[in-house]
Amino acid sequence: MTAPAIVRRGVTARGSAPAGRRRGWRQDLTGWAFAAPFVILFGIFLALPILVSLLMSFTSFGLRDIQNPLGTSVVGLKNYTDLLSDPKFWKSLGNTAYFVVIGVPVTLALGLLIANALSRGITRFRTAFRVGYYLPVITSIVAIAVVWRFLLNPDIGLINLVLAKVGVSGPDWLANPALAMPSIIAMAVWRNVGFAMVVFIAGMQAIPVVLYEAASIDGAGRWASFRNVTLPMLRPTILFMLVITTIGYLQLFEEPFVMTKGGPLDATLSVTMYMYQQGFTFFHQGYASAIAYILFLIVATIAFLQFRFLRSDDA
Amino acid sequence: MTALATRPPAPPAPSRSTGRPSYGAWWVYGLLIFGILLMVGPFLWMLLGSLKPQAEFLVNPPTFLPKDPTTDNFGRLFGNLDFPRFFFNSSVVALVVTVGNIVFCPMLGYALAKLQWRGKRLIMGLVLATLMVPAGITLIPNFVLMRNLGLVNTYPGLILPFLVGPFGVFLTRQFMYGIPDELLEAARIDGANEWRIFRQIVLPITVPVLATLGILTFLGSWNSFLYPLVMAQEPQMYTLPVALATFATGQYQADHGMLMAGSVVLVVPVLIIFILFQRWITQGIATTGLKG
Repeated sequence: MTAPAIVRRGVTARGSAPAGRRRGWRQDLTGWAFAAPFVILFGIFLALPILVSLLMSFTSFGLRDIQNPLGTSVVGLKNYTDLLSDPKFWKSLGNTAYFVVIGVPVTLALGLLIANALSRGITRFRTAFRVGYYLPVITSIVAIAVVWRFLLNPDIGLINLVLAKVGVSGPDWLANPALAMPSIIAMAVWRNVGFAMVVFIAGMQAIPVVLYEAASIDGAGRWASFRNVTLPMLRPTILFMLVITTIGYLQLFEEPFVMTKGGPLDATLSVTMYMYQQGFTFFHQGYASAIAYILFLIVATIAFLQFRFLRSDDA
Repeated sequence: MTALATRPPAPPAPSRSTGRPSYGAWWVYGLLIFGILLMVGPFLWMLLGSLKPQAEFLVNPPTFLPKDPTTDNFGRLFGNLDFPRFFFNSSVVALVVTVGNIVFCPMLGYALAKLQWRGKRLIMGLVLATLMVPAGITLIPNFVLMRNLGLVNTYPGLILPFLVGPFGVFLTRQFMYGIPDELLEAARIDGANEWRIFRQIVLPITVPVLATLGILTFLGSWNSFLYPLVMAQEPQMYTLPVALATFATGQYQADHGMLMAGSVVLVVPVLIIFILFQRWITQGIATTGLKG
C-alpha cells in the first residue's frame, strides 16, 4: 500500500457525509470480504430455502422426489386450494389463533405488572426477583413441556395434588379438549413472562424520573402515575413486544408435540405441528411447504405492520 | 427498528435510579414472592421427581418430597440409554455454532457499521428482514438439500445452517456503530488495513458484546428442537431435546422418574450458565429486545 493512498483514504473517510464519499472498488471488495461468510451460509441455508419453499409449494413433492428433487411434478395452486378445504388445516389455524389471541395479551400484561412492581414498587432484592422470573425463559421448552405434562398429570401431578388438599377433584387437564389449550397457554405464559418483564424493565429505565416527580407533585398515586406516565412512555416498547411475542407464539410447536401430540381431538394441533406432520410423518412435502408459506406470509405481514407502526412512532 | 432496539449496549447498570426512598409496600413483596414460588415450583417438582424411585409414583396419595431418594433414574439414563452420547452431541453442536457466530457475526457487523461498500444497504436490509423468519419455512428445503448432500444424521448437517445468524450480526453492528471513527482513522493513517483494524482495535472493544452473543447463541442452540428433530433421525445423532422428546412421547412416556431426570440433564447446565452470566444475558436482551 502506498503512502498517498493511505492519506487519500483517510481524508475521504474523515469527511463524514456518507453521500459525498468516494467509493472505490477496493472498498467494495473489503466490504464483501467481511460479509462473505454470512452471505455464503445465509444464501445457501436461508435465502435459497425461502425461495425453494415457495417453488415446492406449487408441486406434489413427496418421499420419492427427495433423491431427484427436479423430477417432481408441478401442480400449480392445487396445494393451496386443497388447504382451503382441509378441515385439519383450518382447525390448526384456529388453534394457533386461540393460543396467540389469549396467550400474548396475558403474557404482556403480567410481564408489565411484574416489571412495574420491580421498577417502582420495591427497592430491595430486585436482582433476585428478576433472575427468578427470568429462569424459565432460558430453559428448553421440551424439558419444560415434559415437566408440565407431569405437573398436570390427573392422578399424580402436583396441580391436582394441591387441588385435592383444598377438596377439589382436579380434571384431566391435557385429555380434555376444552382444557388442553388453556393448559398449554398457562405454560407458555409461565415460560415467557420473564422475557417480557426484562424488556419492559429496560424500557422503564429510560423514562425520566422527573416525570414521576411531576406526577407525584400533582397528587398522582401509584395507579395514576402508572396509567399516565409509565404506559404512554412505554408505548413503543409494548408495541414492539406485542409483535415479537405474537411472531414467537404463531410458531407454537414443542408444547403440543410433547404434551398432547396435537390432541385431544386435534384441540392443540398448531400450524407448525400440522406442517411437521404433513412433511415428516406423511412425507407430503409440497403440501407442507404450502402450509409453511402461509404461516410465513402471516408472520411477514405482522412484521411489516410492526415496521409501519414503529416508524410512524419514531417520527 | 425501535428506540429500544437501536440503543448500543451499555455496561450493566443498577436499576435503582427510579426507586422511591421507602422500601415499597409489603403486599407488593408478598405478591412477588408468591409469583416466584410459581416460577420455581415446577423446577423443584422436576428435581424432586428425578430423585424418586419408580415405585413411589404408584403410591396414593402421591408424595411431594421423595421418601426414599435415589439416583437410579440418572443411572438408567446414562447406563441403559445413550444419554452420554446425546449430551456430547448437544455440546458439540452448541459449541461449534457458538464459535461460528462469535467469529462470523462481528465480521459482517463491522462491515455494516464502519465500512462503505456497494451492497451494504441490501445486506443490512436482508439481516433485518430475516431476523423474524419462522424456522418452519426453511425446514423442508434444508432437509431435501441435506439429504442430497448426504448430511442428514451428521454434525455438519446439524451445524452449518446456524454458523452465522442475523441476530448476532445485528447485535454486533449496533455496538460497533457507537465506536468513534477517530479511533479507526488513527489506525488507518498509521497504515493498518481493515482486517488489522478489525482484529486489533474493534474486536477487543467488542468483547463484552461477544460474550453476550456467545451465551445467547449457546443457549439457543442447546435448546433448539424442530430442526434437529428433522435432521437427526438416527438415535446416535440425537441432541438432548430430541432424545427427551422422543422418549417422552414414545416407550418411556410413563417413566416419570427417568423423564424428570432427563429434564434435569437438559436444564441444569443452562441454569448454571444463567446464574453465572445472568447480567450478560438480560443485558443483551434488553439491548436488542430479541432472543438468540
